[in-house]
Amino acid sequence: MQEMMEKRALELLADGTVNRVLGWSVGEFPYDMTPAVFRSAEDLKDRFVYNDFCGANLSKYLIKESKGEGKILVFLKPCDTYSFNQLIAEHRIKRENVYVIGIECYGKADVEKLKAMGLSGITGIQMKNGEYVVETVYGNKTVKASDATAERCLSCKSKKHVVFDELIGEDGDVVEDCNRFDMVEKLEAMTPDERFAFWRGELSRCIRCNACRNVCPACSCEQCVFDNPNSGVAQKAAVNSFEENMFHIIRAFHVAGRCTDCGECSRVCPQHIPLHLLNRKFIKDMNEFYGEYQAGADPDARPPLGTYTKGDREPNEGGNK
Amino acid sequence: MQRIGVFICHCGTNIAGTVDVKAVAEALGHEAGVVFSTEYQYMCSESGQQLMRKAIREHKLTGVVVCSCSPRMHEATFRKAASLEGINPYMVEIANIREHVSWIHKDMKEATEKAIILGRAAIAKVHLNQPLQAGESPVTKRALVIGGGIAGIQTALDIAEAGFEVDIVEKSPTIGGKMAQLDKTFPTLDCAACILTPKMVDAGQNEKIKIFAYSEVEAVKGYVGNFNVSIRRKARYVDETKCTGCGLCTEKCPQKKVPNEFNMGMNNRHAIYIPFAQAVPKVATIDADYCMMLKTGKCGICSKVCGAGAIDYKQQDEVIERQYGAIVAATGFNPIDAKAYNEYGYATCPDVVTSLELERLMNAAGPTNGTLLRPSDNEHPHTVVFVQCVGSRCTETDERGKPYCSKICCMYTAKHAMLIREKYPDTDVYVFYIDVRTPGKNFDEFYRRAVEQYGVHYIKGMVGKVTQNGKQLRVQASDLLAGEQLHIDADLVVLATAIEPDKTARSIATMLTASMDTNDFFTEAHPKLRPVESPTAGIFLSGVCQGPKDIPETVSQASACAAKVIGVLAKDKLTCNPCVAQSDEMLCNGCSSCEKVCPYGAISYSDKEFRGPNRTTLIRRVASVNPAVCQGCGACTVACPSGAMDLKGFSNKQIMAEVDAICQ
Repeated sequence: MQEMMEKRALELLADGTVNRVLGWSVGEFPYDMTPAVFRSAEDLKDRFVYNDFCGANLSKYLIKESKGEGKILVFLKPCDTYSFNQLIAEHRIKRENVYVIGIECYGKADVEKLKAMGLSGITGIQMKNGEYVVETVYGNKTVKASDATAERCLSCKSKKHVVFDELIGEDGDVVEDCNRFDMVEKLEAMTPDERFAFWRGELSRCIRCNACRNVCPACSCEQCVFDNPNSGVAQKAAVNSFEENMFHIIRAFHVAGRCTDCGECSRVCPQHIPLHLLNRKFIKDMNEFYGEYQAGADPDARPPLGTYTKGDREPNEGGNK
Repeated sequence: MQRIGVFICHCGTNIAGTVDVKAVAEALGHEAGVVFSTEYQYMCSESGQQLMRKAIREHKLTGVVVCSCSPRMHEATFRKAASLEGINPYMVEIANIREHVSWIHKDMKEATEKAIILGRAAIAKVHLNQPLQAGESPVTKRALVIGGGIAGIQTALDIAEAGFEVDIVEKSPTIGGKMAQLDKTFPTLDCAACILTPKMVDAGQNEKIKIFAYSEVEAVKGYVGNFNVSIRRKARYVDETKCTGCGLCTEKCPQKKVPNEFNMGMNNRHAIYIPFAQAVPKVATIDADYCMMLKTGKCGICSKVCGAGAIDYKQQDEVIERQYGAIVAATGFNPIDAKAYNEYGYATCPDVVTSLELERLMNAAGPTNGTLLRPSDNEHPHTVVFVQCVGSRCTETDERGKPYCSKICCMYTAKHAMLIREKYPDTDVYVFYIDVRTPGKNFDEFYRRAVEQYGVHYIKGMVGKVTQNGKQLRVQASDLLAGEQLHIDADLVVLATAIEPDKTARSIATMLTASMDTNDFFTEAHPKLRPVESPTAGIFLSGVCQGPKDIPETVSQASACAAKVIGVLAKDKLTCNPCVAQSDEMLCNGCSSCEKVCPYGAISYSDKEFRGPNRTTLIRRVASVNPAVCQGCGACTVACPSGAMDLKGFSNKQIMAEVDAICQ
């Protein structure tokens, strides 16, 4: 896969279709694949990497990159194309400045899961015959793919690229029975006290590193309300520990109706807080109240929270939940 | 820091009876920034206003909080008083301690506490208030009337009389509405057509009035003074400008089996038709559901016989856009479907009819040419039973009926009973009623004439069941005054079915952003003091769409409505509401969320240059608000993900300050 992608990128650079490439390169650790812009063929040959650790969603980086000179090539996995489309709908990306290559994806590996199995000194990963061959400084280890697949990929909502200029590999379909709301349903079944305790337990671990916010494609404000001194909440000392937890709830409200459920927030959380569950609860509620809607599936679709139709629930009808 | 004065109104005992006003004045006097706090019996009175003005002068107040009734009552009064002392009117805030406190609470201690909290919230807001200046917007000097019944016609005639242009949009092929279907009108018994048709003709001939019949309002944009309305002119398949209304086509059309809605489906019409002889505009319409030519492409007879060449089978719906300064809803009513009332046998017995059907059975232009004959066998009925309140005055939980009194049924039933006894003295007439309601000029005299002079049998009690019994109808009922069960063998049973707002009213209300009550009647801006205005500026209400009314009441309300419309159209400029949205360009992401939710089309986007880091220039897409178009609804401020949109006078900060003050 990496060779095919690299070859095509070099061709497009060579024929002048694009003048730079947005992809991944090795970051702090050999398993820590980091988004990177490659400005020359040499740079690309030197640093470009693609493997099963390349989970990062590149679409958000295009907000800045698509405004630069000339066209940029980007590699998008199926779930990333939804974020890309949503940002197009919000006029954040200049579509004409981007060349999208859709790449097939069957799920990415979660390095934390591998570490939990006792693997250390990880240097690389390869998919062979449905199993992960994990390269470590202590030699290769074979792991069952489903044991190391990231949580969000286990409930993958779509293997279909909703937008692309060309594809490498096969295009898939929307996964109808992805069961992504299973955990939300479990939370809904709890009593309010149990649910509150669950979220206090999870959110109390938050260290406010802002990684979730910084990675989130829906969190793309010019100035975040939490950084805006005029908002009255920026840099404000929390009155109590619960107020600190409110950050995530406010964030979930801000992205409601625009979140494509890409799962980046939970992926990057150093404290392993299942933040995506807050977003999924909103998605599930909106589906139930206003009909099925997938943010990013269609850039011209009217979002349920930003649209009024005559069939909408009247306030006096209330909701079920 | 503001210098705030707080004024607590007793409103007689309205507030002071439940709220300890002295304690409120004392408590609020200690709030930060408050330099003066007092209470007074009637703040809205001349002396109350003088008290406020004196305090503003003497204490050099910069902001005012009045704890009184709803701002809908006296906000304008207090703002004006404050502005006379040189304070910007938008530095005045009202804490509603009457509707929100004294009228809904009984316990004085709790009510007082709540009044203090609301006062505190208003003070917190005033601290953040900014002086606001109102702009002006021009007025399109033309009105739109939606609905061409007697209400719409009267409103249009009165507006035209004052010299302004009016358009009537009517969904059926002719104006006239329900009144055109009536035979006689109470309490004077004039023929409905004789008094309605001159008005229809007036409307048709008036050069200020343009009638869009067979048309529907499709979309409404804009605001008072500047509405932009899309009107769908449905295809008649007849060129209105060529058709002379000669009616030859309607005679020659071979498709004769179309239920005639004008006669309540009791006889048939042709596929090409003119609803009734006095229709305005008198133009034929092809019913596309039945026309052979339109359905199968075979026929074309109407086109052959039409001397004017008006038939156009290829005609398409046309959507036109028109501008208006004011819009009148005159969407009218329909009787409810009596089929739900199985016990009265409406669905199964042909001789059970509704009152509106009886109107047609007694009308000279009706299916029986004015002779009262039963639908089943065209025999003259000798015993007629009227059932009152079918679907009216039901309990709130009743799924079939309406909780309200339909208001017109008592009187038209008396009229029917009287007319039948007058024309056919050999007929026995029974009326079953819960109450007889006749509060109108000459109404009770009319009803008593039916009982005393015409010998109509009025029986207090409800009909339980109507069943077919051979050729007759067996009516089982109770006489509550005599305390006995009755069985009457009737030839004809007439149901006084409840009236309900026309089904199209709700979608029209949505387009107009006008509110409705739970029964789908339009709500007025104030039930007593602003009965013909909707709470939405520039939208006015005429006729039964606002609540059940008889003809005299409808006509007077229609004229009142016209007076209000003329009040808007007579102005060259309207003062805008300065509480409009504004976008902070430094925060705006350019995402278009606000533009999509704005019901007034007030928001536009443009690429603007901004200074970037290191002397660079950034081009960003940012929103801007047209303050003349914005109505300050605040939808954009909620939709904006970045908090760039804010509403002047109701800024996010002000609202948060109020919430904080309440939660203190």
